[in-house]
Amino acid sequence: MQSEKISADGVEVTGFPDLARKYAISSVPKTVVSESVEFVGAVPESMLLEHVQRAVETGGLVS
Amino acid sequence: MALIGEDVAAQLRDEFASLKDPVELAVFSQALADPGSEQVRRLIEELAALEPRLTARSYNFVLDKERVEELGIARTPAVAVLGSGKDYGIRFYGMPSGYEFGSLIDAILLVSMGESGLGQETRAALDSLSRPVHIQVFSTPT
Repeated sequence: MQSEKISADGVEVTGFPDLARKYAISSVPKTVVSESVEFVGAVPESMLLEHVQRAVETGGLVS
Repeated sequence: MALIGEDVAAQLRDEFASLKDPVELAVFSQALADPGSEQVRRLIEELAALEPRLTARSYNFVLDKERVEELGIARTPAVAVLGSGKDYGIRFYGMPSGYEFGSLIDAILLVSMGESGLGQETRAALDSLSRPVHIQVFSTPT
């Protein structure tokens, strides 16, 4: 909500087996940023920011 | 039978006492293709009934196409957490139970405050993002 460029979905994945397959969800919470950067577990704010910046730099797609 | 028990309802009323601006919970369901989504609609309506500054608006994923497209809703069940006149891009998909329920309550509180709680450095970095970013956090009920 800090940036108008960012949208965020919380997905309870058991109801969406197609998404579980697509994103290979085996451990949770799993975070996928713009289809290009992913990580499992909670991370500090600074690391989340790094992931977001990396997704922007690598030209991640927005679905 | 209520989905939110009296103990949890009492805790939530306490949490919601700190709300500032009104929050709209737009819930998208479809009884025929996704009967389970009706359960989410009920949950959100019960949640909104706990606090006058919370409003639940129920939409049919098939019939209310305009709203579905406006908010970019991809599937059901879905909940969009909307500020007063402002969409911060926060969506929940699936039954918001367990970990997700806590995240939904946090999102309601943050949207009502209009405040992300992020640090100055992070805010500055986000201000300079050159393209849109879509974050998806996947969880399970346990």
